[in-house]
Amino acid sequence: MSESLLAGLLFLLVVLAVIAVRAADLLLAAIALGGYGLVMALVWAALGAVDVAFTEAVVGAGATTVLFFAALLRTSRRRSPVANPLGWAAGAVVAATGATMLWVAAALPPWGDPTAAPAVHVSPRYLVATIAETGTPNAVTAVLADYRGYDTLVETVVIVTSGLACWLLLRRDPA
Amino acid sequence: MNYPYWVAVFLLMLGLYVMVAQRNLLKKLVGMNIFQTAIILFFLLLSVKRHATLPIVPGTVGDVRGFMNPLPHALMLTAIVVMVATTGVALAILIRLHTAYGSLEERVIAERLSAPPGPAAGPEAGR
Amino acid sequence: MIERHDSVVVTTVLRLLIPVAQLFALYVLAHGHESPGGGFQAGVILGATYILLALGLGREALDRRVNEPVCLGIAVGGVLLYMLTGVAAMAGGGTFLDYSALPLPVSPVEGRFLGILFIETGVMFGVAATIVVLFCRLADRGGDA
Repeated sequence: MSESLLAGLLFLLVVLAVIAVRAADLLLAAIALGGYGLVMALVWAALGAVDVAFTEAVVGAGATTVLFFAALLRTSRRRSPVANPLGWAAGAVVAATGATMLWVAAALPPWGDPTAAPAVHVSPRYLVATIAETGTPNAVTAVLADYRGYDTLVETVVIVTSGLACWLLLRRDPA
Repeated sequence: MNYPYWVAVFLLMLGLYVMVAQRNLLKKLVGMNIFQTAIILFFLLLSVKRHATLPIVPGTVGDVRGFMNPLPHALMLTAIVVMVATTGVALAILIRLHTAYGSLEERVIAERLSAPPGPAAGPEAGR
Repeated sequence: MIERHDSVVVTTVLRLLIPVAQLFALYVLAHGHESPGGGFQAGVILGATYILLALGLGREALDRRVNEPVCLGIAVGGVLLYMLTGVAAMAGGGTFLDYSALPLPVSPVEGRFLGILFIETGVMFGVAATIVVLFCRLADRGGDA
């Protein structure tokens, strides 16, 4: 992973996000969001998080874009640019929150430091013990399915519940 | 230099601003999607180690500093799936709102919500 | 209602590509232990192949193959498979979701390997069926074609 590649991808990410936000045409916003999801997957692959990038490439750039299009074609496509009188107050609050987060981010350990706190508590144990205890070279799958199995169980229940909720909300009337 | 964190914070604030200040409900959903992916980016940035490879252990692991941290990856996989779940349900609610009130603009829906009920049939008349 | 695509190139390529993509989803599930992959990725790819079927070959092609209540049943079946693996571990003498205690004639390490495979299969069915149901409900014109 080269720094310039990562910097270029992050810049492209910001450009696409701003396009998706500023577009008056909702179809353009959905398309820009799909492009944003794809570039985000590339950023994560460039960082080395390949499992997450794989999922985001199919979900963010594929399924979410199609679902947005489907919803758009059932509802209105253009938006009327109504001026929001509270826009300045929202902007001030967001700017203050952003400044606080940047101040906190300055206190984080240097990016990429292998002796940072997240890397030295429990994850070395997962990396060292994954083959001996589970026989799975892919440490992410072992953590997801074995060491943190409860999280994955409840999260599967969450996604099935969302499918049920969508089905109940949009049931075809037996007319 | 911690500039990747700055990009993540900028995207977070962009998504938050869109969710709060936009009047169109679908644009708010776009902002929510940007917000969620920016959070995942921030979290994954915490798992990167310099000159480290993928968290796939070939046989015996010599030095854990040569492998990325696998724990944030597993947690963020959950986050992505929850992202698509919330987007699906939110879009279903948006479609029902549009069917009932005829518009996706926040102000129009608020007006029609607080208007006195007319002599015509209720929201299900359009179906 | 989404119509079948006009171009013969698109329909022919999709008819060849969709089965290969579904096989690739099963491959990703099976190789989740050694390479990047696993249940979620496989499930989303499988769901996306059904969406591709509707977009390229017409909504009727999807409706012929997919019955939505059955699809929801498959999704819940995936969650049940996950939970049954955990309960089987309890029946084998361990705690819930302790795969090393599965009542199979394998070593504890192999038991955990197989336990991960079972639950990833359950997750795949849950995620794939949910994505298909989400698309079917959202892309439906409310019954008036």
